[in-house]
Amino acid sequence: MNRVVITGAGTINALGGSVPETLQAMREGQLGIGPLQMRDLDRLSVKIGGQIKDFDPEAHFDRQKLALYDRVTQLTLLASREAMAQSGLEITEELSETTGVVLGTAAGGMNTWDDNFRSVYEEGKNRVHPFVVPKLMTNAAASHVSMAHNIKGPSLTVSTACASSNHAIGLAFQMVRSGMARAMLAGGADAMLTFGGIKAWEGLRVMSKTACRPFSANRSGMVQGEGAGVFLLETYEGAKARGAEILSELIGFSMTSDAGDIVMPNQHGAVRAIHGALRDARLDPQDIGYINAHGTGTAANDKTECAAVTEAFGAHAPALMMSSTKSMHGHLIGGTGAVELLACLMALRDGVIAPTIGYEQPDPNCALDVVPNVARQAKVTATLSNAFAFGGMNAVLALKAI
Amino acid sequence: MSVKDKVIQIIAEQGLLDLADVSLSATLEELGIDSLGVVESIFAIEEEFDIEVPFNANAPPKSEFDISSVATIISAVETLVAEQT
Repeated sequence: MNRVVITGAGTINALGGSVPETLQAMREGQLGIGPLQMRDLDRLSVKIGGQIKDFDPEAHFDRQKLALYDRVTQLTLLASREAMAQSGLEITEELSETTGVVLGTAAGGMNTWDDNFRSVYEEGKNRVHPFVVPKLMTNAAASHVSMAHNIKGPSLTVSTACASSNHAIGLAFQMVRSGMARAMLAGGADAMLTFGGIKAWEGLRVMSKTACRPFSANRSGMVQGEGAGVFLLETYEGAKARGAEILSELIGFSMTSDAGDIVMPNQHGAVRAIHGALRDARLDPQDIGYINAHGTGTAANDKTECAAVTEAFGAHAPALMMSSTKSMHGHLIGGTGAVELLACLMALRDGVIAPTIGYEQPDPNCALDVVPNVARQAKVTATLSNAFAFGGMNAVLALKAI
Repeated sequence: MSVKDKVIQIIAEQGLLDLADVSLSATLEELGIDSLGVVESIFAIEEEFDIEVPFNANAPPKSEFDISSVATIISAVETLVAEQT
């Protein structure tokens, strides 16, 4: 079995257009959530989101390419470029066939669906652009990443709602660990901040109109974000041999299914996923110093997640730190786990714990150290990143400092 | 049909109950309606009366729309319908 390390990271989200910008924002507890800019805003009851502002696709891609790239593909490609550049990995013809890409997304090309439904239903047009299908398909981003970087090994898209990225990173981790691939790009993205996307979420009545306040007694729900996060995973030996800078070691992954409710989270399923990740990583509960929480800021998630962590960690629970960076960048749905993994890297490498901002009132149901409002310096040697999705599909990753 | 009868009909349908089984003092929970059922009932009420119901599933007790019993729901809907006309 190979040891698996991360040697590159890339992102674009409401906090910044790169990993350094995003980590700086997390360190400063910046708020990336603000008033949405989109057409027909007056018909929405939720008017805030973690939207990427001032993004000019034409500054990054030529027009021919843009005809094929939904926003979610654009964001994924930018994050992949950054991860590849940082890793310094050169994909030679020989390496190409043993390098793959696994990305997670819940909605895929939502903007393309939205624009073209509008065009045929609302505007009554009888013709759409010929590239609508290849643009909106959920695997489009992974395919374009494979083409951009000449990746010819195992490549696919996974879709498990809000756990998509964690499942993607976990699968890529298993592929490198098992020897199926020598290197993998892995992560995820979503760009669901469209009129239809927000309308759909409004319907569930779990969205906040004001702010995302995870673990705070006065929480009012989740806030949607958008963006991408991508990592370059490779074998420890491979990274060492080429003298690459290792950001962190991925040491465990677990996935469970609640087999319970389509939207309500389940404590038992979450505990099993946490225990599974610890077991896979051969860690004891007390080894974990920081958990990046799923922390959506809904009553259902926060209560269940805190109860699950309390149960899984027992006597160690009060000693560990757990924060939700969704308070800053919003819920990136299928891309969220990837961007949140950056907070784990920051904890392990820089000794900085990203805060849960917007925290105002202690909630007895969430009596853990949620690193309220201000980042903290702390030495941490191992972390977990939680993702508990709609549909009861849970995925937890374990990382270790190197 | 009165607001009251229509609301009872919506709740009965959601809980798969006979109209007579929907007592005014009952909570939705007692009628076997879970959180997803609550959200679906509110959607049905909005569609039926063409109103916007201020309800956040994260904090039902703090919502302006009181869902603590069938009676409070009826009275809240009556208020919203009156405000609209």
